[in-house]
Amino acid sequence: MPVATAPDFLPALPEIALAIAAMVLLLIGVFRGETSTRLVSWLAVLVLIGILVLAARLGIDRRIGFYGMFVTDAFALFMKALVLIGSAVSIMMAMRFNEDQGIARFEFPVLILLATTGMMVMVSANDLITLYLGLELQSLALYVVASFDRDSVRSSEAGLKYFVLGALSSGMLLYGASMIYGFAGTTSFAAIAQVVGGAGPPSPGLIIGIVFVTVGIAFKVSAVPFHMWVPDVYEGAPTPVTAFFAVAPKMAAIALFMRFLIEPFGAMLAQWQQIIVFLSVASMVLGSVAAIAQTSIKRLMAYSSIGHIGYALIGLAAATPAGIRGVLVYMAIYLFMNVGTFAVILCMRQKGKMLEGINDLAGLSRTQPGLALALAIFMFAMAGVPPAAGFFSKLYIFLAAIDAHLNGLAISGVVTSAIGAFYYLRVVKVMYFDEPAGAFDRPITVELKAVLLVTAVVTMFFFLLPDPVVGSAEAAAASLFVK
Amino acid sequence: MSHWPLLSLVTFLPLVGAGFIMTSRGDAEIVARNARNIALSTSVIVFLLSIVLWVDFDPSTAAFQFVEKARWIKIGGFEINYHMGIDGISLFFVLLSTLLTVLCVVASWVSIHTQVKEYMISFLILETLMVGLFCALDLIVFYVFFEGVLIPMFLIIGIWGHSNRVYAAFKFFLYTFLGSVLMLLAIIAVYLQTGSTDVELALNHAFPFALQKWLFLAFMASFAVKVPMWPVHTWLPDAHVEAPTAGSVILAGVLLKMGGYGFLRFSLPMFPLASHYFTPLIFTLSAVAVIYTSLVALAQTNMKKLIAYSSVAHMGFVTMGLFAVTSEAVQGAMIQMLSHGLVSGALFLCLGVLYDRMHTYDIVRYGGLVERMPAYAFVFMAFTLASIGLPGTSGFVGEFLILLGTFRVSTLECFLAATAMFLGAAYMLYLYRRVVFGTITRDDLRNILDLSPREKAVFVPLLVLVVWMGIYPSSFLGPIRASVDHLVQQVGAAQAGQRASAE
Repeated sequence: MPVATAPDFLPALPEIALAIAAMVLLLIGVFRGETSTRLVSWLAVLVLIGILVLAARLGIDRRIGFYGMFVTDAFALFMKALVLIGSAVSIMMAMRFNEDQGIARFEFPVLILLATTGMMVMVSANDLITLYLGLELQSLALYVVASFDRDSVRSSEAGLKYFVLGALSSGMLLYGASMIYGFAGTTSFAAIAQVVGGAGPPSPGLIIGIVFVTVGIAFKVSAVPFHMWVPDVYEGAPTPVTAFFAVAPKMAAIALFMRFLIEPFGAMLAQWQQIIVFLSVASMVLGSVAAIAQTSIKRLMAYSSIGHIGYALIGLAAATPAGIRGVLVYMAIYLFMNVGTFAVILCMRQKGKMLEGINDLAGLSRTQPGLALALAIFMFAMAGVPPAAGFFSKLYIFLAAIDAHLNGLAISGVVTSAIGAFYYLRVVKVMYFDEPAGAFDRPITVELKAVLLVTAVVTMFFFLLPDPVVGSAEAAAASLFVK
Repeated sequence: MSHWPLLSLVTFLPLVGAGFIMTSRGDAEIVARNARNIALSTSVIVFLLSIVLWVDFDPSTAAFQFVEKARWIKIGGFEINYHMGIDGISLFFVLLSTLLTVLCVVASWVSIHTQVKEYMISFLILETLMVGLFCALDLIVFYVFFEGVLIPMFLIIGIWGHSNRVYAAFKFFLYTFLGSVLMLLAIIAVYLQTGSTDVELALNHAFPFALQKWLFLAFMASFAVKVPMWPVHTWLPDAHVEAPTAGSVILAGVLLKMGGYGFLRFSLPMFPLASHYFTPLIFTLSAVAVIYTSLVALAQTNMKKLIAYSSVAHMGFVTMGLFAVTSEAVQGAMIQMLSHGLVSGALFLCLGVLYDRMHTYDIVRYGGLVERMPAYAFVFMAFTLASIGLPGTSGFVGEFLILLGTFRVSTLECFLAATAMFLGAAYMLYLYRRVVFGTITRDDLRNILDLSPREKAVFVPLLVLVVWMGIYPSSFLGPIRASVDHLVQQVGAAQAGQRASAE
């Protein structure tokens, strides 16, 4: 083996820096004790911002590192940006909540940083081994944060459930990866692409391998029928952790999904497209129907996120640059809508006690009009009503679907979005039509206010200037198809 | 031609007013008063500006006027322009929207006393969306306005409506939302065919017949719900009964017209062959709508529901006229839509006057009002007759032209529609007799007050317009004619072309 030279590490520089920073923050925490939580949290946010800058400085050129196991390109940068933003915002939103709940420990931001490192590795994976490494690094940290409120039975249960099912899915994924290795003779994405792209029908072993890996990733993105853990974990985990789960790991997993299916297995579209179509339709249907009966807003958001993944998968099923662009735009907007909604949920506190019922929002438009307006914007956006941002994310997805002649998929998409609109509207109804049930505690912390303001403004006024997001998504999508 | 971006000004000025209202703070009474004043002045200014549109409008051409075009989204070949413009078809709908908004603000002056600020903001936002959708010349821009209307309307029904408002608001939203998302798919398909979402381009594009059928159905899913056509009209009576008076006025006056406008602007010229193919379907649905809903109206005990069903019947006339595609019928449909916008708006305002005093829409709770409310009885009578289509009122001009135009296409359809005119007279006069004539039998009616000056001020402009349109329709038909003739010719040519190639 030749000695690794410096340029080889360059593509992974942000990940390496992030891992080191996480260690340093851990040391700071250990030496300064529990009182340093706030300091470590803010430092973690700064680190994430710094990593984002670093990754952006690295540019959008395609660079391969670690002997072909690691890749950065425009696609990776786009998804990493979403992951980093999601993580940073989650840490900000968690600070006050953790203090109030008596679970403010400096390990929390450190764990988030480690999970983020794993996610960034997932996004940049160019080899089945890298894929698995990133996934496990992420998952292990996530299992811990899910049960971070360790004295609460609910939180511990959520963590355990997540762990058992997550481990199962990792096992399936690993099994699929070994099948692929067995039949392709390589774990490198580039080499697999050559094998798959060769003449002759694809071997059944490879198909089985794809199915298993797809199942494993479907667990992580919580696509139906591998979604069972989602509502329980979302409900049981501390709310800021739920907010984190709803955004950052989804971004990483869907990015992995896209890269895995498009880059090495692009030539086997006919084999995997039907799987994605099924996952997509099932997720959309379940996401819109099952959410109707929910009374807890956290469970509602769980089903909502399942539904949204269904829409995003439409773009992946199209498997065209337009489709991938649609997914990227979708996920970017999803990030803002979701973070904003969870920021509102974190404001649902009465006399120091956190509330989670949808009915607790009753009459919010009377008691806190600003908060109600923000949540209404997010709900209309999630329902896909223009001019809110959610409309544009659906527009690009359906555009790609019809372009790829997936008319049935597009029709089921719009029909389920009309059904799903019902439960988003129900939240608006509770806030605007019902009599006030009692005001929430004030004041809202500065961090939450900032998050709310930014996300609401972005969600509402995305239509004024969609070009930067759509443009970079376009470039990112194109980079995935460069051979 | 003015160099001002007049259309954008008319469209977005209400938002400025809404912004002002949003910033007003302080004592609830003062905020409410400020909100009313700002909403009134904004809507009056917008209305005056829209009058300028009419004055400056060149009736000799079918081309779009006051055109504005600016890049909006330009990434990846999916270009969307902010493209606005009006022709004879859209001009009066813009005016109708701006006029009715003013009247709605005045009509809600005292009857809305909770959350006045939010109410006025909703109406101003609604005005922006309504005007915008009639001016939009890009399919996506149109869709954004078209769908956006649902949000303020949902809130208006749900917050300021009556007892069963939540059910009605949801039904309204979900019905129309489901219809429109199908149209969104069709818009995307149009884009993929023509390479642009520009309306002018799409209007001149010849779509293959097989595709036209699907696209027509998808657009129809949206417009038929809005019109509403039988059998997807069931949201309308609920929405009308539960909405506050001004909400009903906008619903009947403008929102229903969005469907008719959509058929005329998009379905007919873009899919002429499919329109021809589906004409029997539309005629059947229209005939059923006209007769069935007239009979249903006859049996109502709730005044507002009765007027709501009469709206469905009148709009059945409109869809019939539109799809007859003769110059007279389409012009008649235009006039009928404008007339219905004024007349049904006025009728809902009449009912609102009673509701403000008695808080019920039950017909049996009234009777003999003419004794205490002579001015009201006169106004209500005038609009009742206009709704029936008495010569000299706007309703007559529209219905006559539609029947004339349709007769040339289908005598049977014309005959069926004419029966319904008779039914229309029956249910309206029956309503009028029960509410206004007779003697007062109920004690609480003995002290009922006649129209206040504010209420009279609302009715006078409507009355003037209804009579003007009835006696001298040319001032309205003038600007309409060129655009309608152009459209009828275009559709006729496309259909003739297909017939020729088939032979």
